[in-house]
Amino acid sequence: MATAVQTVERENYLNSDYGIKSWLLTTDHKRIALLYLVSITAMFWIGGFFAMLIRLELLTPAGDLVSSDTYNKLFTMHGIIMVFFFLIPSVPATLGNFLIPLMVGAKDLAFPRVNLLSWYIYMVGAITALTAMVMGGVDTGWTFYTPFSTTYSNTHVMGAAIGIFITGFSSILTGLNFIVTIHRMRAPGMTWRRLPLFCWANYAAALIMVLGTPVVAITLLLVALERAFNIGIFNPQLGGDPLLFQHLFWFYSHPAVYIMILPGMGVINEIVTCFSRKRVFGYEFVALASIAIAVLGFLVWAHHMFVAGISVYAALVFSLLSYLVAIPSAVKVFNWTATLYKGSIRYETPMLYAFGFIGLFTVGGLTGVFLASLGVDVHVHDTYFVVAHFHYVMVGGMVMAYMAGLHFWWPKITGRMYPEAWAKLSALLVFVGFNTTFLPLFIVGYMGLPRRYHAYPPEFQVLNVLSTAGASILAVGYVLPMIYFLWSLRYGEPAPPNPWNAVGLEWMTPSPPPTHNFDETPIVTWEAYDYEHQPQEEVTVGH
Amino acid sequence: MATSDIQVAEHALQHHFADMEQQQETSTFGMWMFLVTEIMFFGGLFCAYLVYRASYYQAFVEGSQKMNIWLGATNTAVLICSSLSMALGVRAAQMGKPKLMAVLLLITIVLGCGFLGIKAVEYHEHWVNHEFPGPNFHFETGDPAHPATDPVHTEIYFSLYWAMTGLHALHMVIGVGLVTWIIIAGLGGAYSRAYFTPVENVGLYWHFVDLVWIYLFPLLYLISKKHGG
Repeated sequence: MATAVQTVERENYLNSDYGIKSWLLTTDHKRIALLYLVSITAMFWIGGFFAMLIRLELLTPAGDLVSSDTYNKLFTMHGIIMVFFFLIPSVPATLGNFLIPLMVGAKDLAFPRVNLLSWYIYMVGAITALTAMVMGGVDTGWTFYTPFSTTYSNTHVMGAAIGIFITGFSSILTGLNFIVTIHRMRAPGMTWRRLPLFCWANYAAALIMVLGTPVVAITLLLVALERAFNIGIFNPQLGGDPLLFQHLFWFYSHPAVYIMILPGMGVINEIVTCFSRKRVFGYEFVALASIAIAVLGFLVWAHHMFVAGISVYAALVFSLLSYLVAIPSAVKVFNWTATLYKGSIRYETPMLYAFGFIGLFTVGGLTGVFLASLGVDVHVHDTYFVVAHFHYVMVGGMVMAYMAGLHFWWPKITGRMYPEAWAKLSALLVFVGFNTTFLPLFIVGYMGLPRRYHAYPPEFQVLNVLSTAGASILAVGYVLPMIYFLWSLRYGEPAPPNPWNAVGLEWMTPSPPPTHNFDETPIVTWEAYDYEHQPQEEVTVGH
Repeated sequence: MATSDIQVAEHALQHHFADMEQQQETSTFGMWMFLVTEIMFFGGLFCAYLVYRASYYQAFVEGSQKMNIWLGATNTAVLICSSLSMALGVRAAQMGKPKLMAVLLLITIVLGCGFLGIKAVEYHEHWVNHEFPGPNFHFETGDPAHPATDPVHTEIYFSLYWAMTGLHALHMVIGVGLVTWIIIAGLGGAYSRAYFTPVENVGLYWHFVDLVWIYLFPLLYLISKKHGG
């Protein structure tokens, strides 16, 4: 295991083959991760563009920039793109795809061709949904509530619903691949209790993808059939029940928010331990908390329907169950904090994002507890309070974690270091911009401003201007990494195999990794996150 | 014989598996996971069925009495037989008898197509009787003494009937395609005693689709013979 100076760049997954065909027909999980990275980044900017238009419209109380119909389409398309085409695939399809085989010591995911298929399915779904948007858009809200979506809306509901239906299968296949890989492809010695928590978190998210996504798929298929053939499964005029749609929709779409957040929590585990140089506090509890969130997540869906006409008793039960989700979530936050305690903390960019995640996720999570309680929910239902809560978890939590992970593993993925000073600046901008955007929305929401209107009473203008100003800071915070990541591909310093001195199998192979990940199949003889016993110098594959 | 088995097996081993055993276990595990997603997929429809059947029982009984029980029962028998020949075909593949496997799977295909043919006859009957949801839907019990009590909700029954059996029929068509692929690959010498995982997995899929029908038949055809009409 000599650390000879390599003058010639050794063969890796990026330079082993060139040309567009070698990318479009690849079955290498690392290349597929990059295909996903490019696609979801494009979707992120499209969704972000709609968000900017929304914020610009809300700069003034009058509905002057866009008509109310256009506004309806803007927030619908922002929601559809960000939820189904960015947040759900974000960490699993990019970092998860890249890292899970490396972390468990495998040469690839269990089903490499299925993995490629999932990307193509994603692209077909995305293009279908985008086509519906270019042809005139859709205005039902990302939730497609019936009977508006099935009977009254004159927009391109079919195209959008079918796009999401198709993309659902890419999510199912990714989840299936992760579950099977983590069960069957672990290297010798990589027991379940030695598995990195990133894998546990993605495993839990994959369970939800596999169990939940088919249900929303059949539900949207029924919506499409109802529009096409005028059958009456959800339309009350034909004897159908719109509440049934909401039950089936939220049976997936509530757990889906855990598909979005769990992999982000997995990223935070890796980063907090690495930059405090300590074993994660309470490994077993953090691992099982992921599974607990996945399981409990399936039992809380009707808290979206407290005012929709479900019975009081049902609402009570779902309220109680919703509180329970706070327990495993809190376990994670407390354990990250306890990991920091007496750690040798380094403030590198990924760690800055991780700190942002912990704080913002806590705010988002705790306001979720407000919303789970029946009395408060009736008051703030369908106000900006809900918008702020959701964005604290999804943008303040998930996108922060995604950015943290991208910075943390960028040297591994590309073999190049990003410019640290610029990265720290952008992390700061994202944090400040995010809070300036969404903190005011808690206040206007609590004061009673309903969401989804393009005009509002003038007394809310100051806070809305503040929010729009914050959104522009946030946009700069997202544009900067886009620029310096691209810059680093050519001009970045070459990355060593383990720039952060981290433990984990992915750091024991060169950056970027060879096509088969490891020169020899690693044999794991140490515990996960063994920072206290690991020598500080570079770790090599042990035999 | 033994050496050729091993050659076939080594040829089939994909680069990222350590050995054939790991590959076989992984593929089969993946297939079971896929079937779990299929259960959830059909589950949404079964859930809708249960909710509406509980709410509009009488309308569902009246709709159900329009089903041709004899055709439905025949189809159930046809599918069970197709599963039997499928299981025997998998067994033949495991024993390294590709020709026997091909014959047995051909029987499966014939029975599967027979199922689809009988289903098409039923669909045609419903279609000409306007028992297809939508603007042209029209429902009568056929007995003047007992007119339809709740035709609006009987339409929901038929919506679910078409959606559930249609989705099932689509799975059957895909299944026939998969079995055809297995036969062609098997006759080309792709499988042996050491490597027959695709045969086994397609078999699992076929049994699953069969099983869905085993639930659909009583739920849609046999709700009640005593009540209504």
